[in-house]
Amino acid sequence: MAACAERFTGGLSMGASSHCDYLDPILNRYRHRPDCLLQMLREGQEQFGYVHPDAIDYLSEKLKLPRARVEGVASFYSFLHLQPCGKYRVLFSDNITDRMLGNQTLLERMCRNLWVERGKVSEDGLVSIDYTSCTGMCDQGPAVLVNGQALTGMTTERIDRICELIRAKAPLSEWPSAYFAVADNIRRRDVLLSGDWPAGEAIRAAIARGAVAMLAELKLSNLRGRGGAGFTTHIKWESAREAPCHAGKPARYIVCNADEGEPGTFKDRVLLNSYADLLFDGMTLAGFTVGAAKGLVYLRGEYHYLLPALLANLEQRRRNGLLGSPVCSQPGFDFDIEIHLGAGAYVCGEESALLESLEGKRGVPRNRPPYPVTEGYLGQPTVVNNVETLCKAALIALRGGAWFSGLGTKQSTGTKLLSISGDVENPGIYEYPFGISVDQVLNDCGAGNAQAIQVSGASGVCLAMHEFSRRIAFEDVPTAGAFMVFGAHRDMFEVARNFAHFFAHESCGFCTPCRVGTTLVVNCMDKIANGHGTQFEINEIFKIHRLLHVASHCGLGQTACNPIFDTLQKFRPAYERRLRSLDFEPAFDLDQALAAARQMTGRDDPGAHFGLAAQEALGEKA
Amino acid sequence: MKQTMIMLDGMPVPFTEGQTIMDAAMAADVFIPHLCHHPEFKPQGSCKLCTVKANGRYVSSCTMFAKDGMEVENNTPDLNDKRRTLLQMLFVEGNHFCPSCEKSGNCMLQALAYELEMLTPHFDQFYPDRPLDASHPDVLLDFNRCILCELCVRASRDVDGKNVFALAGRGITKHLIVNAKSGRLADTDFSRLDRAAHVCPVGVILEKRQGFAVPIGKRLYDEKPIGQQMERLAERTTKVEDSDG
Repeated sequence: MAACAERFTGGLSMGASSHCDYLDPILNRYRHRPDCLLQMLREGQEQFGYVHPDAIDYLSEKLKLPRARVEGVASFYSFLHLQPCGKYRVLFSDNITDRMLGNQTLLERMCRNLWVERGKVSEDGLVSIDYTSCTGMCDQGPAVLVNGQALTGMTTERIDRICELIRAKAPLSEWPSAYFAVADNIRRRDVLLSGDWPAGEAIRAAIARGAVAMLAELKLSNLRGRGGAGFTTHIKWESAREAPCHAGKPARYIVCNADEGEPGTFKDRVLLNSYADLLFDGMTLAGFTVGAAKGLVYLRGEYHYLLPALLANLEQRRRNGLLGSPVCSQPGFDFDIEIHLGAGAYVCGEESALLESLEGKRGVPRNRPPYPVTEGYLGQPTVVNNVETLCKAALIALRGGAWFSGLGTKQSTGTKLLSISGDVENPGIYEYPFGISVDQVLNDCGAGNAQAIQVSGASGVCLAMHEFSRRIAFEDVPTAGAFMVFGAHRDMFEVARNFAHFFAHESCGFCTPCRVGTTLVVNCMDKIANGHGTQFEINEIFKIHRLLHVASHCGLGQTACNPIFDTLQKFRPAYERRLRSLDFEPAFDLDQALAAARQMTGRDDPGAHFGLAAQEALGEKA
Repeated sequence: MKQTMIMLDGMPVPFTEGQTIMDAAMAADVFIPHLCHHPEFKPQGSCKLCTVKANGRYVSSCTMFAKDGMEVENNTPDLNDKRRTLLQMLFVEGNHFCPSCEKSGNCMLQALAYELEMLTPHFDQFYPDRPLDASHPDVLLDFNRCILCELCVRASRDVDGKNVFALAGRGITKHLIVNAKSGRLADTDFSRLDRAAHVCPVGVILEKRQGFAVPIGKRLYDEKPIGQQMERLAERTTKVEDSDG
C-alpha cells in the first residue's frame, strides 16, 4: 500500500486512507478520469456497501473535483447510498404491472418475516427492503433486485425461501439459479427477430457501400428513432458527420441509449441479451458513417446482470477484428465500444441527461440548442440512438433502404418491437410492421377483456376501448415500445396514481414546475385515494397539467401528467366514485393528525378521536 | 446591415446575434419576470419564471436565442397566470415567512409575488425541515428560503473559483449543500467578500450584523416595484448588490 503510505504523510485524514484499498484499483482502472466518477462511485459501493463520506473525500482529492460536486453526484442516483444500508438490499419493482401481480403483498410479507420496516435498515444491519421504479421485467414479474441483481417471478414460496437465505447470510451465488432466470419471451418474430445476423456482416456491408452511400440508404429507409421521439435517424447521423469537432481532442461519438427506464418497456433488454452483435454492428457502422472512433453504451443499472456477457462479447469482437484499429481491416477506421452503467435515474433516458451522466455528472437535462449532434458527449458531435434504432440501422446496411421502407407505413417504416405486459395470456416481445392495429395486437397476445391500454409507458397515451381500432405508428399512436394492458376489473385511478408517484420520484428537480408540480399532483391523487378528494382536486390536476406540459424543462415534466389527464378524460368514474363531495375539502385531517398521539398513549377509545371517526369508534363499541 | 428585431408584445426590440430574448428585453428596458437569471452569469433556465411564448411555443427567454422577426408574447394574462402558479409552487416548497425575514423588501421572490399579484400561496405548504447553518463567523445560511436558483453555485464556481456551493439530492428533495464533509459553511473557504455572498435573490445567504441596517420601508422594492427597475436589474454588479442590505 505505497499509495496509502504516501497519503498518510500527505496529511490526509486516517479515515480517507482506509478507503484507498478498494478505491485505488478502481481509480487506476478508469485512469483517474473525472468523467467516470459515476462508474467509480458505483463500483466503490459494490466493494464497501455504501458511499462513505471518507470515500467521497478520497475521490474528490484524487479526481481534483470539489467535494460538494462528488456528493452532489452520489446523492442524485437512487442506487447509490450515502448511509449504511443492509448487507442485502432488496428492491421490489413497483411498476403498475408488478402491482397487478401482487408485489405489495409480497413486500409486506418479506418485511414481516424479516422484522424490518420498508425503507429502513434492519437493526442488525442485515437487510433493507424498499420499492424501486420499474426494473424492466414486466412480462415476468413481480420482480425484485437484490444487491443490484435481477430476480423474476416472485411468489410467496420464493419470498419465504429468500427470507431464509438472507437470515442464513447465504451469498447470492448460492441462491437457486432459477430465481435469476430472465426469459426473452419472444412471441412474434418479424424481420429483425426472425433473422440470424452473423457478427460483423452489417459492418462489412456498410464499408462496402461507403459512408456516403450508407447515409443515402438510411435516408431512403426513412428510419425514425425507436426511443419514442421518432426523430429521423439519417438527419441525426448526417448532422453529426458534418458538425465541426471542438478544440481539445477532436472526436465524434456514437452513444447507445440502453437506459430503458420507461415503465412497461423491456424490448431493449431482449435485444441486449440475444441480439447484442446486431447492436454492436449498428454502433460500429454508425461510427464508420459518422466518422466516430468511439461508441458508448449507457446501460441502465437495473440491467447490471447483462454486463458480463456484453463485456465478453466486446472482447470477442476485438479478437475477431470487429472492434479496435482497424475495424474489419478497413484502413483508417478505428472503433471501440465502452459500457457505462446507470445507477437508477429514469431521467437519464433523456438524451442530454444521459450525456451528463456519461460525463460523470448529475443526470440533469441540458439546455438546447446546442443539440448533441453538434455539442454532445464532452462537447463533441454525438449521435445518441436507442438500442432498437441501431439494430435497425444494421438491418438497413445489410438489406438496403428500399427494402426497409417497403415495411410498415409511409411515415413509419420498418417494424417495431412491442413489450407487452399486464392482463394478457402471453406477455413478452412482439415484433410487428408499423401500422398494426391495436385490436390485432390484443388478439395476438390474448387480451380478452381489456378496458384500457397504456401505450409507450407512463409518459405515453392511455387508450380506451373505443380507440382500439387505432394503429401503432408515428402518425397515429406513436410508441417507444411499452404496451400495458388493463383488464376490465382494474382500477384505472390506481394505475394513474402509480404513474404519478413514479414521476415525482424520478423528477430530477432542475425546473420548478416539474420538481414541485409532480409532488403537488401526488398530493392531489393521494388525497382522492384517501377519500378526501373533491372536484377541487380534479381542477387542480388539470391546472398543474397545463403548466407542466408547456413550462417544464424536458420531456419528463412535459408528459408527467399525461396518464392522469388521459384517465380523467376517459375513466372519469374511477375518480368520481372516490370524491367526498363536489366542494372543497381540506387535506388536513384532524383525526389523522392525532394518530401519533394515540400510538404514544396506547389509546384508541372514542375520546381519542375527532369528528366522524369518533362516531365510528362509538358505533363499534355499541 | 439591417437591424435584427424581435417583436416583443408587438413592440420592435433590436438584438444582436447571440443575444437571448431576455438579453434583448433587458437592453430595451422591458421587464420579463425572472429569478435564476442574472446578467453576470451563464443562463440556466431552471426557475421558468421567464417563460414566454416565442412564435407560438413556450420557451425560457433567458436561454432561447433571439431570432430576427420572432414574435414574442411576454406580458399576457396567460403567461402571468402561469408565472403566478410557479411563484406559488416556490412559496409552498420552502418556508417563506416574509414578515420575519430580514431580506423582506430586498427579496426578488417577494417582489415578484407583489408584481404578479400573488395573493395567497394557494397550494398546501410542504413545510420542509431545513436546519439553519450559523457556523460561519460572518454569514448565516437559512436554507428555508432557498429556491434552488443556483446563482451562488455559479458565482462561487465561475467568479470566486471556490466551488463552495453545490446541489445534492433529486426531485423534491434536491437541496443546496456546501463544500465540506461536516456540511458546515465554517469549514469551507467561504468569505463574506465572495461574489457568492451577494447574489442570493432571496434570504438564504445573509451577512451577519447587517440585517436591518436599511429599515423596512426604505428598501429596494419598497421604493419602486421590481417591474420598474429594469435599469438596475440589467446592470447588477458586485457594487450595486453590496449596498442591497
